[in-house]
Amino acid sequence: MPLWLFIFLAALSIIAAAGLILQRHPVHSLLALVLTLIVIGILFIGLGATTVGFLQMIVYAGAIMILFLFVIWLLNLQTQPLEGGRLALKFLGALGSAALIAELLVFVLHLPAPLGHNQPVAIDYGSIARLAQGLFTSYLVAFEVTSILLLVGVVGAVALARRTTAEGAPGGSP
Amino acid sequence: MAPPSYFMGLSAILFCIGVAGVLLRRNIIIIFMSIELMLNAVNLAFVALSRAWGSVDGQAIVFFVMTVAAAEAAVGLGIILSIYRNRETVNADEINLMRW
Repeated sequence: MPLWLFIFLAALSIIAAAGLILQRHPVHSLLALVLTLIVIGILFIGLGATTVGFLQMIVYAGAIMILFLFVIWLLNLQTQPLEGGRLALKFLGALGSAALIAELLVFVLHLPAPLGHNQPVAIDYGSIARLAQGLFTSYLVAFEVTSILLLVGVVGAVALARRTTAEGAPGGSP
Repeated sequence: MAPPSYFMGLSAILFCIGVAGVLLRRNIIIIFMSIELMLNAVNLAFVALSRAWGSVDGQAIVFFVMTVAAAEAAVGLGIILSIYRNRETVNADEINLMRW
């Protein structure tokens, strides 16, 4: 990935991420987050991780964000009042974030020397075959545990979102 | 070619924006989306380092992070729906009891 393209994408992702926390309307925040995720997926592809990049766009920016969108619609958040919150807490939060970013940047600037440049890789570096080879050999146990995790997630989500009372939800949908 | 340290710096900045979102906003949905942003910043660091070393281990871990994020989003949004149904609020300051 050439340097100018990286700088453009980095600026775009930072602006979109800032939009996520600055927008008042939750749907606008969500759209900013989707833009951030798509740009990160493009960065993955630029790094050679093609499969993971496309997975990022399809699964993350597609499926998971649609889930968020449905919940925002279900909760009907357009009518929410503007959030207040104490100013001192916000100031402390901003200060803490700035301190963290400074610390991480200092850490990144002192990376060990071998990380200053990329190793040359094979042409099939980001392919499905290479990824699957890793997943089904070194990470086989973790891969199988993942399926159990997803099953538990599905059961937990259904159990949580199910209406337990006989009457419907207050202020709810049809 | 942009060096890996640039990607690490971008990852750090995105992570801190996510932290700022969790600390500054009170809408629980925005807080949740900021957590997703932090997960993705870490994913970017994983892929950049995996490319720097020329291995696919980082990509496999990103795959697992995505799976965990999907499960976490489903359960977390279920919790948010359940809270809203009982308390009729999404403001994190007003959700201060573990019972309803």
